[in-house]
Amino acid sequence: MWFNTPEELEKFREELLSGRDPEKPCISICAGAGCLASGASEVIAAFKSEIETQTLEAAVDIKGTGCPGFCERGPVVVIYPEEICYLQVTPNDVAEIVSQTIKEKRVVERLLYVDSITGEKAIHEYDIPFYQNQERNVICNNIKIDSKRIDDYLAIGGYSALAKVLSRMSSEEVIEEVKKSSLRGRGGAGFPTGKKWEGSRNDPEKTKYVIVNADEGDPGAFMDRALLEGNPHSILEGLIIGGYAIGAREGYIYVRQEYPLAVVNINLAIRQAEEYGLLGENILGSGFDFVVRVHQGAGAFVCGESTALMTALEGRVGEPRPKYVRSNIKGLWDKPTVLNNVETWANIPLIINKGADWFTQIGTEGSKGTKIFSLVGKITNTGLVEIPMGLSLKDIIYKIGGGIPGGKKFKAVQTGGPSGGCIPGDQLDLKVGFDELARAGSMMGSGGMIVMDEDTCMVDVARYFIHFLTDESCGKCLPCREGLRQMDKILTNITEGKGKEGDIELLEVLSETAMEASLCALGKSAPNPFLSTLLYFRDEYEAHIREKRCPALYCKELINYYIDPEKCTACMICFTKCPDKAIDGAKKMIHIIDQEKCTNCGTCFEVCPSKFGAVEKISGKVVPESIPEEERMIVKPA
Amino acid sequence: MDNKRIDQIIDKHRGEASSLIQILLDIQSENHWLPKEALGRVSEKLEVPLSRTMHIASFYKAFSLVPKGRHAVHICMGTACHVRGAKRILETVEELTGLKPGETDVEMKYSLETVNCLGCCALGPVIEINGKAHGKVSVSDTSGVLEHYK
Repeated sequence: MWFNTPEELEKFREELLSGRDPEKPCISICAGAGCLASGASEVIAAFKSEIETQTLEAAVDIKGTGCPGFCERGPVVVIYPEEICYLQVTPNDVAEIVSQTIKEKRVVERLLYVDSITGEKAIHEYDIPFYQNQERNVICNNIKIDSKRIDDYLAIGGYSALAKVLSRMSSEEVIEEVKKSSLRGRGGAGFPTGKKWEGSRNDPEKTKYVIVNADEGDPGAFMDRALLEGNPHSILEGLIIGGYAIGAREGYIYVRQEYPLAVVNINLAIRQAEEYGLLGENILGSGFDFVVRVHQGAGAFVCGESTALMTALEGRVGEPRPKYVRSNIKGLWDKPTVLNNVETWANIPLIINKGADWFTQIGTEGSKGTKIFSLVGKITNTGLVEIPMGLSLKDIIYKIGGGIPGGKKFKAVQTGGPSGGCIPGDQLDLKVGFDELARAGSMMGSGGMIVMDEDTCMVDVARYFIHFLTDESCGKCLPCREGLRQMDKILTNITEGKGKEGDIELLEVLSETAMEASLCALGKSAPNPFLSTLLYFRDEYEAHIREKRCPALYCKELINYYIDPEKCTACMICFTKCPDKAIDGAKKMIHIIDQEKCTNCGTCFEVCPSKFGAVEKISGKVVPESIPEEERMIVKPA
Repeated sequence: MDNKRIDQIIDKHRGEASSLIQILLDIQSENHWLPKEALGRVSEKLEVPLSRTMHIASFYKAFSLVPKGRHAVHICMGTACHVRGAKRILETVEELTGLKPGETDVEMKYSLETVNCLGCCALGPVIEINGKAHGKVSVSDTSGVLEHYK
């Protein structure tokens, strides 16, 4: 198949749709990373063999799809055309789903979503509160298409934006539309996309490049991965449009090798697009030539920084370079280069098809459109959520995320990845947007949103991020390479009870230096996790330093485990599980922890049945004296 | 890994010096580590100084300059896993195997590594062994998980 004109593409699409029976049952199983880890491939295999056994191959379609976002309840299965959504499906449920839902058109009640408060069941995806409060424009197609089949993408209108651009729009008009949409880069910095494109387009240099930054390195963020794996053609379509707009004939996709499935799917998508004539020479008869190459990252967080990424593409060590001249003028091989994040590219076909006016209806004054966040940590519904800009953090965490599990209290939400900051409970009414988050001392970043509860120690969180960045610093600038290492040391000392007066001030000085004197954004923003936790949780730092106390009872060196003799029933569970044999006890004999032998591993705390809750954590206080031997025997009242 | 296979990989990337990282990634994925001889061969064929090849091989985390054990044990230290207690899991694995991250035991059984986010945060804390994710692991589960891999 080769489309010579946009009309041929449209004709093929019509044939494709007329050949498809919308009433034909289709079983869509999420084959994204989260669901695969929960056993989705076994579920897919079970469906295939069950359909074969029942000789239903001709009557039913089975699809392994991209991630719809509800990872918490994976593997997720959606049955079309009714759009019945089953959660936490195992291979044992497959026979029942086929016999009941596929053959008898009956719903298997026990696999539906149950609202934890009202007890009501939700049959469809769109009835589940997790989805109801989202606005899913970019990620919504993930569950509808088999990401390995270009025809599925064409069937939902794929490549129509490219056809429109090539047949009816000049490059100026494309850039004008993107500028009008006020789309800002989804990778973190939020630079206006249209402006970036315009700069490259107007440069007289003949050779230009466009790049997809798919080096998603923020720990706890996997939005880009879901798009790359689930809907690679949408990114590719955006990239080709971008190439046309700025006058580039070559595009690169820089994807981290830690995402093997994404690498496979994006390579496959490129091959399929080439076979259809949507990539290559004279695309759709327009005279526009464009090729795309995939380059795998080799595991370096700093390569997510645009100039470091370009250096890596050139086959060298990924160190950032100065941006005296922006990379849209002098980028890859010193040529004008437009680099955008995965989600930014995936928004382009939508803007072209639906128009900038549609796009600007969504969002706030400074931030238009929707944004995908990965909502993780101490949250009931872990997963990917796409929300209109301007939704409050409270709505995201409580309405969509379902709040904090285990009846715990919310403490903070960390946004923006390692360069971002923590936002405390009293600011939860904050509306999500580039400028709003920056004003609160954090940042949008690429979309990680990590929820923390009362058990999370904020000093440890700062130490965690600074340690991560120390490890990932490329080593080029001294304040980042050496300064962060010192910050890591001081913060580690504080969490280990070795903090001293003056540490906070020293950390502040080191922060200031790193912010002033580092070359790239990684170094300049590295102190953010420390500064934002200090701003909102200074009392925790002071408790660690002055009282040698960890208020969250997290820091291992500052806590002791203690068995409350009033609550201990001498059940022997902690006694047998303790890896260090530090618990003394016997049947009917109240257990005691030998503090000398105890390594604070926390096993006893974890295994003590919640109905007893006899094991306690103590911090900043002396462990109470053990009860006298003669009182240790538990005598049942007669 | 013999020179013939290395040459094939280099040819696949059209022998371009800009493909150095991609070539090393291919060798790493087939051989699980980068022997000194392989680095020498690549440098020679691409006409790139060995020092630059070494710079790359030691800078990027995907490359290993030492042989790896039979089972690749990856402890996810992503933020979501961290707040759910990944540090305790790592400490337990360190204690059980006697290894620190980056090390391989003398019997070449386990290679322990920490990784920054595997993208299955709903399951945190996660231990990934030979590509298979074990989710919602507790300190007391850890030895059971490792025992699956002899």
